[in-house]
Amino acid sequence: MAVITYRDALNQALREEMARDASVFLMGEEVGVYQGAYKVSRGLLDEFGPRRVVDTPIAELSFAGIGVGAAMVGMRPVIEFMTWNFALLAIDQVVNSAAKLHYMSGGQVTVPIVFRGPGGPALQLGAQHSQAFESWYAHIPGLKVVAPATPHDAKGLLKSAIRDDNPVVFLEGEMLYNAKGEVADGEYTIPLGVADVKRVGTDVTIVCHSQTVAVALRAADQLQRDLGIAAEVVDLRTIRPLDVPTLAASVAKTNRCVVVEQGWPFCGIGAQVVDELQRAAFDDLDAPIERVTQADVPMPYNKHLEKAAKPDAAQVVSAVKRVTYRDR
Amino acid sequence: MSALDPARREFYHELLRRMILLRRFEERAGEAYAQGKIGGFCHLYIGQEAVATGALTALRPDDYLFAAYREHAHALVRGTPARAVMAELFGKATGCSHGKGGSMHLFDVPRGFLGGHAIVGSHIPIAAGAAFAVKYRGTDQVAACFFGEAAVNIGAFHETLNMAALWELPVIFVCENNRYGMGTALERAAAVYDVAHRACSYDMASETVDGMDALAVLEAVTRAVERAREHKLPTLIEARTYRYMGHSMADPIHGHYRTKEELEEQKGRDPIAALQHRLEQADLLPEAALAAMRQGVEDEVDDAIRFAEESPEPAPAELHTDVYQG
Repeated sequence: MAVITYRDALNQALREEMARDASVFLMGEEVGVYQGAYKVSRGLLDEFGPRRVVDTPIAELSFAGIGVGAAMVGMRPVIEFMTWNFALLAIDQVVNSAAKLHYMSGGQVTVPIVFRGPGGPALQLGAQHSQAFESWYAHIPGLKVVAPATPHDAKGLLKSAIRDDNPVVFLEGEMLYNAKGEVADGEYTIPLGVADVKRVGTDVTIVCHSQTVAVALRAADQLQRDLGIAAEVVDLRTIRPLDVPTLAASVAKTNRCVVVEQGWPFCGIGAQVVDELQRAAFDDLDAPIERVTQADVPMPYNKHLEKAAKPDAAQVVSAVKRVTYRDR
Repeated sequence: MSALDPARREFYHELLRRMILLRRFEERAGEAYAQGKIGGFCHLYIGQEAVATGALTALRPDDYLFAAYREHAHALVRGTPARAVMAELFGKATGCSHGKGGSMHLFDVPRGFLGGHAIVGSHIPIAAGAAFAVKYRGTDQVAACFFGEAAVNIGAFHETLNMAALWELPVIFVCENNRYGMGTALERAAAVYDVAHRACSYDMASETVDGMDALAVLEAVTRAVERAREHKLPTLIEARTYRYMGHSMADPIHGHYRTKEELEEQKGRDPIAALQHRLEQADLLPEAALAAMRQGVEDEVDDAIRFAEESPEPAPAELHTDVYQG
């Protein structure tokens, strides 16, 4: 077990998959000479050359489309968006092309492509550079949506995403790149669509993903220490397909649930989780499910306002107190 | 206009036959649409036959083909059976996209026809992506991409031409300039309405060709294919053509945006009549050969309609298949 950063775990995944399969290439802004805006692609140009590590102009729509076309004829492109904020310019290619070509061709066309890059709330970057897009892409049949929280998961999931025969939206946490964690030695992959219990507990289930996993774990520590509440923390890891059986099994044990996410509340990931659980675990629930989300506003620049906009451990603790009726 | 070569008589006949097939296929599709047998949007190609016929004849079977939503002709010239195209318009299980694509989303992957794309300009980068893969793998196919003149004002066109020139991709952009993006004349939408001139911005080779002359289109695209295959360089071709029908079957043929007189005048440039006339003048088209050709096409389209009508609907379970691979 080596302890490495989330950034280096992603870098290892790219390096290993490019070495393993000649049809894998990386394309995007600043991925080559500059070594990646966030250094995820550091060293790859030297190792694989400009044929396979392709710097693009600032033209998100069309380099995404070039990736789709290459995938249609048998390549496995990894398209890096410098951030997911800029990928809005490319959403036609992700939604109208990548996600639908398999279906509307009657299964003739496959689009094995990964769209990846950083996203989620960042630090004082203001409204246009600090937002989460999970629910946008998860809405679309034909896409798979992955949002890992740890270096170990990031590596194993990216390797699976690259090998998957479907378009995968791979959302990296912009604030996680320096996060360190243990990564298994040697070759491994993590299947898409499988949630992970990050902390075992008996009293309440806290559902989270990406940057909110750390928030949930901090809240769980606090709950144990201050209130003796044993929270089970379930990291979705993959948003679509959603691992409902793991969620339902946890709630069957704890009977209570709080969903914490880094996106906005309206039509958010939590809304989907609640919908699934009110059917899959109706008889197990002893309280209405609570949600903790980003405030329903564009992200402000001011650091105090920004802090207030983001979901934090205190809000999760409050929500857990409500579902355990400890707030009275 | 180069002289006809009597030794290529059979080849000219095949070009003419293909154009007549496209014309009759579309006329019969229009009738079926009016009868409610074809639904949704159905964009007919009548008037533009010389472009797809001439251009696709310059390609090799292993080249990649991408088209927009007015693409019945491209599938037919590529060799997709008329039965499979008509059945797709009817939404039947035997259609070339198994009834899931419809008129705007024809696919025939074994023949290298990679769609029917219905967001204006969206397939321009996709075609460049296939060309990128060709160059990446070191093979010698080319990618051909067909779109209307309205697509040249969209961002994807400019972004893609820039990257195709920068990376020297073997792709041929064929702009079928039929003058109108739905009801908006090009000169009302474009500051520079000489489409081929757009290539200058990207230091790309370009050519303007009479899109009502199948042989001229064939020659222009042949030059572009050579540039792509031998030198891995892109080309922008502007084929000046004209559509006789409305934008789609749901739209008027003329009215606010063009006059009946203009339409009638343009029909005087008819690409089928023009080739037929040239062949007759050169004594290369005996009356009996033309009659046999027309009868053959009629039989083929009759058969396609019958096949489409008699084919089964997709099974209900097909609703949920093909969303994900594997």
